[in-house]
Amino acid sequence: MNVVQKLFGFHGGVKPNYNKEASTRLPIAAAPAPTRLVIPLHQSIGGPPRPLVKAGDRVLKGQRIGDADGDVSSAVHASTSGTVIGVEMRLMPHTSGLSAMCVVIEPDGRDEWVERKPFDFRAATPTATRDYLRDAGVVGLGGAVFPSHLKLNAGKQGRLDTLVLNGAECEPFITCDDVLMRERADPLLRGAAIMREMLEASRVLVGIEDNKPEAIAALEAAAKRANDASIQIVAVPTRYPAGGAKQLIRALTGIEVPHGERSTDYGVQCFNVGTAYAIYEAIELGQPLISRIVTVAGNVGQARNYQVLFGTSMRDLVALCSPLPDTDRIIMGGPMMGFRMPSDDVPVVKATNCVLVGSQKLFPPPPPEMPCIRCGECAKVCPADLQPFEMYWFARARIFGKAQEYHLFDCIECGCCAYVCPSRIPLVDYYRFAKSEIWAREVEKEAADEARDRYEFRLLREEREKQEKAAKLAAKTAAGREKAAAALAEAEKPARTPEEEAKHALIAAALERAKAQKDQVHPENTGNLTPEQQAEIAAIEARRAEIREQAKPHLRQDD
Amino acid sequence: MLDALLVMALGAIVLGAALGYAAVRFRVEGDPLVEKIDAILPQTQCGQCGFPGCKPYAQAIAKGEAEINQCPPGGEEGIHKLADLLGREFKPLSAEHGVEKPKAVALIDEQTCIGCTLCIQACPVDAIVGAAKQMHTVIADQCTGCELCLPPCPVNCITMEPIPESVENWKWKYPVVKIVPASKVAA
Repeated sequence: MNVVQKLFGFHGGVKPNYNKEASTRLPIAAAPAPTRLVIPLHQSIGGPPRPLVKAGDRVLKGQRIGDADGDVSSAVHASTSGTVIGVEMRLMPHTSGLSAMCVVIEPDGRDEWVERKPFDFRAATPTATRDYLRDAGVVGLGGAVFPSHLKLNAGKQGRLDTLVLNGAECEPFITCDDVLMRERADPLLRGAAIMREMLEASRVLVGIEDNKPEAIAALEAAAKRANDASIQIVAVPTRYPAGGAKQLIRALTGIEVPHGERSTDYGVQCFNVGTAYAIYEAIELGQPLISRIVTVAGNVGQARNYQVLFGTSMRDLVALCSPLPDTDRIIMGGPMMGFRMPSDDVPVVKATNCVLVGSQKLFPPPPPEMPCIRCGECAKVCPADLQPFEMYWFARARIFGKAQEYHLFDCIECGCCAYVCPSRIPLVDYYRFAKSEIWAREVEKEAADEARDRYEFRLLREEREKQEKAAKLAAKTAAGREKAAAALAEAEKPARTPEEEAKHALIAAALERAKAQKDQVHPENTGNLTPEQQAEIAAIEARRAEIREQAKPHLRQDD
Repeated sequence: MLDALLVMALGAIVLGAALGYAAVRFRVEGDPLVEKIDAILPQTQCGQCGFPGCKPYAQAIAKGEAEINQCPPGGEEGIHKLADLLGREFKPLSAEHGVEKPKAVALIDEQTCIGCTLCIQACPVDAIVGAAKQMHTVIADQCTGCELCLPPCPVNCITMEPIPESVENWKWKYPVVKIVPASKVAA
C-alpha cells in the first residue's frame, strides 16, 4: 500500500512474449455443465483417495466421492448433482497417456448442492481446521496441487512471520490468477486473512507482476476496504519465472532459501492467490473445491477465462472458444512448463490452470538438437542458480549421481535454459528423464531395504522357533526321565509299616465287597420274564437240544 | 649412537601404542565390503545366484568365490555397479543363472487355492498371508517377485503378474531427437 516495499532481484530469468491480452478482454464466464463428468480420484500430491461411491449412486453437487487416504492426500467431490455411471479407468490429463481411476457422473441438470455451512475456524482447533480443509479438497492451485492443509501449519513459536501470496503469474498465455484478482479481490483477501490467522503470521505480501496493473489496483482497493494494515500488495518486475515460489520469496523478502531447506525455516510460507480464494470458499461458504478458473488461449478465435467444473472434458471447454481449424495439440499449462495432452478428451483437474491450444504455426516444431557448445547461456538465465549444462551432460550420459551432485532436484523445470539454448537442446526433457530415473531407483532401494529387513526378521524368527521347539523337546524328555526315576524310587522303598498294612487290608476288603455286589447283579436280558416268554424260551431250547442230538452221529462220522 | 637408538625405540613405542589404541577404538564390526555389496543386490532373496539369499551371495563375492554376474533381478545395471565397487571387469549376465525379466509380483488364484500353506513357508519375505485350509493371498507391495512360491504350489494357482505401468510409476523417457531427411528440411 503506502509503505514502500524494498524489492530484491533473483538471478537469471527470461522475457518471453507474454500473449496475455487476448484472454483478459472478457470477464470470467461459467462454462456450461457438460453431459458427462469424468472426475479423476487422484488430483493432488500424496496418496490416491479411496472412492466412496459406486455405479448407480445419486450424488449431489459438492458431495465427497473420494476420501483422503491418510493425511498426505486430499478429498475429491462431485462437481454437480447427478448419477454415478461408473468408477473406472479413464485417460488422465498426463503426458504418459495412461489411465487411472475416475468417477464418471451423468449430471441431472438440477445442480443441487449438498448442505453447505460455514466452518468456524476460530472455534475449532488448528488440527480440526486442517482436517476440514483436507476433506474440502483444497490444494495449491498454482499447478503443483500440494494439499494446502499440510502447509497451513503455524511454525514453532511464531517462527512464521510472512505469508506470501503468489499472484505473479509469469507464464505466457495464462491469465486465470489475473482475472481472479481483478474480479474477486475482496473474497480473495478474506481467504488470505484466514490463512494469516491460521499461520499466526504478522504480515501478508501479495506479489503481482507489474504487467497486471488492473489486478494490482483491484487488490489495493480491496485491501483499503478490508482496512487490514497487515496486507501489502507489491508489484514485482515482470520477468519469467517471477512466479516460482523461491523466486517470488526472494524478490519480496530478500530471503534466498538454501538448497535442502524450506521457506518455512525462514519464517515464510507461500500460496497461490487461487488457493486463498478456494480457502475462502471452503471456510466461509462451506463449499468444497469443485471448480476453478481455467484460461483457454492460444490457437482459438476467442481466448477467455472460464469457471470450469472439474471433470469437464478439455474438448468441450476448447469448443467454447472456437478453436482454429489447424489446431493439432492441447497443452495443459503454459508454453514454458506445460504438458502436452495425449488427447483432447481428458478432464480438467485441479492442476489445470490453462488449456493452451496449439498448432504447427503457433508452436513450430523445434529445430534439430545440436551439440552443446558450452556457451554458458543456460547458467546465466537459471533462476535456481544451477549449472544446467553440467546437469545436461550427466543426465545425457545417465550418470545420475553426478547430476544430483549438481543439485538436479533444485531445478524447477521452468525451461529458461532450453529457451535460450543456441543449440536448441531440450534441456528440461533431460532433467525430467534424470529425475524420474532417480525417483524410480529411490523407490526400488526402499523396497529392497524393506525386503532385507523382512528376510532377516524371518531368519531370526525361524531360528527362534527352532530353539523354542528344542527347548520344549528337552523339557519333555526331562519330565519323562523324572517320572521313570520316581517309579524306580517307589519300587525301592522299604517294607510297609503296620499302619499302612492295616490301611491296605481295609482297601482290599472294600474292593472285595464291591466285586461281590457287582456279581449279584445279573445284567442278563433273560431276567424278569413273563411265564409265557419263559415257556417259549424253554421250547426253543428243547428244539435246539433235539437238533443237536440228531446231528451227533454225523459229527462223529466227520471225525 | 645410544641416543639415536633410544629416540628411535621411543618413537616406535609411541607409534605402536597409538596404533594399538586406534585398532581397539576404531574397530570395524563386520565386513563393510559385504554390506556395500549387499546394498547393491536387489534383495529378492530368490536364490537364482546359487546362494541361499542375497547376503550369502554378497559374502561369496567379497571372498572372491562368486562372479558378479549371477544376479538376474539386479540386471546389467547391478553388474555395472558391482564392477565399479569392486574394480572388476564388467561381464554380461551369466545365462545359467537366468535372464533379466520385467518386475512382477505373485498372484494367487483364490478360487483354486486349497490352503496348503506351502507357499507361505517358501516366501522369504513373509509376503503371503493365510492359514491351513484357509485361502492365501499375496501382499503385493511386499512381494519381491522371487518366484520361490511357484514350485511348491500343488495346484499351480500362483502366477507371476508383471507390474503394469501407471501414472504413479511412469517414467520420462530418454529424449530422442528425430532425424529428418535433409530433403524435407530444405523443402
